[in-house]
Amino acid sequence: MSSSLHNGWEVVIGLEVHVQLATRSKIFSGASTATGDAPNSHASLIDLGMPGTLPVVNKEAIRNAVRFGLAINADIGRRSVFERKNYFYPDLPKGYQTTQLAEPIVGAGEVVIQLEDGREKTVRIHHAHLEEDAGKSLHEDFHGQTGIDLNRAGTPLIEIVSEPDMGNAEEAVAFARKLHAIVTSLGVCDGDMSQGNMRFDVNISVRRPGEPLGTRTETKNLNSFRFMEKAIKLEVERQIDVLEDGGKIVQETRLYNGETNTARSMRTKEDANDYRYFPCPDLLPVLVSEEEIDTLRAELPELPDARQARYVEQYQLSDYDAGLLSGSIATARYFEAAAQHGGDAKLAANWVMGELAARLNSEDKDIADSPVSAEQLGQLILRLKDGTISSKIAKQVFEACWNGEGDPDAIIEAKGLKQMSDTGELEKIVDQVIADSPAQVEDYRSADDAKRKKKIGYFVGQVMKATQGKANPQQVNQLLQQKLAP
Amino acid sequence: MHDKTLTELRAGLQAKDFSARELTEHFLGRIQARDGELNSFVTVTGEQALAQADAADQAIAAGDQRLLTGLPIAHKDIFCTEGVRTSCGSRMLDNFIAPYTATVVDNMAREGAIMLGKTNMDEFAMGSSNETSFYGPVRNPWDTERVPGGSSGGAAACLAARLAPGATGTDTGGSIRQPAALNGVTGLKPTYGRVSRWGMIAFASSLDQAGPLGLSAADCALMLQAMAGHDDKDSTCLNEPVDDYLGALEQNLDGLRIGVPEEFFPDNLDGAIADNARDAMRELEKQGAKLVKVSLPSIKLSVPAYYVIAPAEASSNLSRFDGVRFGYRCEAPKDLEDLYKRSRSEGFGAEVKRRILVGTYALSAGYYDAYYKRAQQVRRLIRDDFARAFKEVDVLMGPTSPETAFKLGAKADDPVNMYMADVFTIAVNLAGLPALSMPSGFVDGLPAGTQVIGNYFQEGRILNVAHRYQMATDWHQRIPGAFQ
Repeated sequence: MSSSLHNGWEVVIGLEVHVQLATRSKIFSGASTATGDAPNSHASLIDLGMPGTLPVVNKEAIRNAVRFGLAINADIGRRSVFERKNYFYPDLPKGYQTTQLAEPIVGAGEVVIQLEDGREKTVRIHHAHLEEDAGKSLHEDFHGQTGIDLNRAGTPLIEIVSEPDMGNAEEAVAFARKLHAIVTSLGVCDGDMSQGNMRFDVNISVRRPGEPLGTRTETKNLNSFRFMEKAIKLEVERQIDVLEDGGKIVQETRLYNGETNTARSMRTKEDANDYRYFPCPDLLPVLVSEEEIDTLRAELPELPDARQARYVEQYQLSDYDAGLLSGSIATARYFEAAAQHGGDAKLAANWVMGELAARLNSEDKDIADSPVSAEQLGQLILRLKDGTISSKIAKQVFEACWNGEGDPDAIIEAKGLKQMSDTGELEKIVDQVIADSPAQVEDYRSADDAKRKKKIGYFVGQVMKATQGKANPQQVNQLLQQKLAP
Repeated sequence: MHDKTLTELRAGLQAKDFSARELTEHFLGRIQARDGELNSFVTVTGEQALAQADAADQAIAAGDQRLLTGLPIAHKDIFCTEGVRTSCGSRMLDNFIAPYTATVVDNMAREGAIMLGKTNMDEFAMGSSNETSFYGPVRNPWDTERVPGGSSGGAAACLAARLAPGATGTDTGGSIRQPAALNGVTGLKPTYGRVSRWGMIAFASSLDQAGPLGLSAADCALMLQAMAGHDDKDSTCLNEPVDDYLGALEQNLDGLRIGVPEEFFPDNLDGAIADNARDAMRELEKQGAKLVKVSLPSIKLSVPAYYVIAPAEASSNLSRFDGVRFGYRCEAPKDLEDLYKRSRSEGFGAEVKRRILVGTYALSAGYYDAYYKRAQQVRRLIRDDFARAFKEVDVLMGPTSPETAFKLGAKADDPVNMYMADVFTIAVNLAGLPALSMPSGFVDGLPAGTQVIGNYFQEGRILNVAHRYQMATDWHQRIPGAFQ
């Protein structure tokens, strides 16, 4: 099950993923799923759990769940049943969550992940079921009391439950990213983790190879892939430390804090509710016909694996690069737009994975919010290709564009960054540099061929400095070699 | 006017013998004068009723007389009514005013019905005697020392006392039919899914069904005609066309096959009750019906199955009453736990708590298979029994209740004995079938009722049977002496 040992311990990881479906209305009421509005402005009678109100299933939520099931080659529940999970909490208005248990809409399926070393691994999906989200408890600004916002209550979710098929943080993150790519490619979820629109709970246990599964813990509140990776490593270390010190792992739910990279116990198994599940008598079983399944299958958009294969084929990218670029619908859209505008997929790929990724990462921004648009990057690539700017200048233009100084063409124009193409003017500068550096010239001329290749760098640097980087480096090199020849 | 059926009052309004306002004032006057003795109303909506009556008079003058235009109706206090308190007989909802109206009430209002008020009931419809209401017990107009049955006890009592000419009720295990029998009125529980449950406060969702109580089968047909129909807001409400119940009433009974289940006449049944039901069937035999012995072997399991399923669903349905968003909230809660515990302990009465406990237990880990799952299997057996019987016969008949109205307090401390009051009615809910109770005479001076059970969506047929019976008998026209 595990792919590598960790100080002689085998790590076993399974994920439970909550995916908020991007339907316009809630799963059992006509209220809007819009976010960011005043508390309780999207709480209908049904969402409030008013007496005598009844749920009616949102058919689009059903279709979205089926789409996901088809995308992971899962068995689709031709008949699925909503059940009630009973517990008291103020942001759970009815005193039960309507969810699925014994007969979920999506049965067993699988997801293939690619690892950095090029290996592929299949992670099995146990099932995925439909359910309603709870509201939110607001603890701030209520003078010691708790506020309840039911705007989110009744928002449709699918909960995807994996088998414990992952053996380390890298695999878990790769799986999470893959699921993210699938649901965003399908358009069933916007994938915004910071808003909790996609939530990952990680079940972790460790054991000595060959031994039965260890006691697991569940870690929650992982609102980025980076935090997920850190949280898994943290928990694995903790469990190994506890066990190596002769302690025991307690089955518990742990809450991760990304800011401090710490986690604390939220509740142990002893606190667990008896949820008293039973089929919801207000809802009929959901029936999905073969015809509907065929129609939804035929309408599936391009999925990440197919997109990756297409990138390899169409753009001659490596498997790994194609995987990275196709791994998120937002990245894929950006890359394809940049490649199209710039007319060069390889360059676009390099920029998206290089400069852009680094910059986004350093400012913790999503590619969808990139200050440099795909069209702008495309323009930058065009200018690189037609020799208007050097790659060094391109970075400068990119930086200016990132800072909102306008389109690359405008920046090049305004800052006079156009590459010097006039040989006469360049020759004058080269001559001047040679004239100003008699010692270096002497040194160069007395060196052998191999050393000269290094020593010419000084002159190139001086010329670039004098031209503020606008000279074409190849041209400078050529001229210098000619003029410095003894 | 109050000795007339809805059907007769409707004709009177049409002929302009009296106005809707006069009619409404008359009944409001009777409620004011006499309900102190019965406690059948929790809320009387006089002002609104008169406004509705004036609108009805205008409609009639304009030639727009619908099914129920100008007819005063008493709604069970389980139906949410916008702007008017809906208590469900509970302290929990003593302060609850819904911002929406139940489909049943809406449908009847659309046909011109006037709401007289909201009738008393067992708390959250849990009871067979109307003694569990937060607003005190309802008394039976035939003998005010006796119970009216439950849970639609207020509805049946106000009808019998002629304080209202028509009423709505709900029936989860006999809550329309049993009080109808104990008060000498007619009550119909439709097929599950025939009438929308939207806005009707849930007790046990898979069993609850709203229906009419009236002075005759024809009145029930008139009201059901307005109540029934598909509702997009209730997923369990079936999209079947509504039959012409009024048109089917007069149909003759030649060749009607009446099934007589032996289980409805057990050895320990009071002989007078058994004879009463047999007499009713004999009357129908005279009109051309044939009696056929049938057996429903599984229905002996219906009471235990019901008292697992109904409390299980109730334990979940009643979770929303937590003191957070609406309804009763305890004074100065210390924390969340205290808020939940005290609001629910103080807001619910003893019978409701008993059923929440039973239901919670039945659904608990480790007990689910032994109780809930088992009860659902029994439910299937019961449904199969009825399906077999309906291959042989058109309707099934027997006594509605094993006894007539009992004394107030007689069973208050004996819940199991109380639960047995529903032994003949409960199986019908478990199967989801339509059934009515019609007055069929008196035993020791108290009304007795006979139950007519039909196959799915055969409301028209059972109303027809009851109507033909009522054409030949006058039990349904008897009025308690004190309320003539």
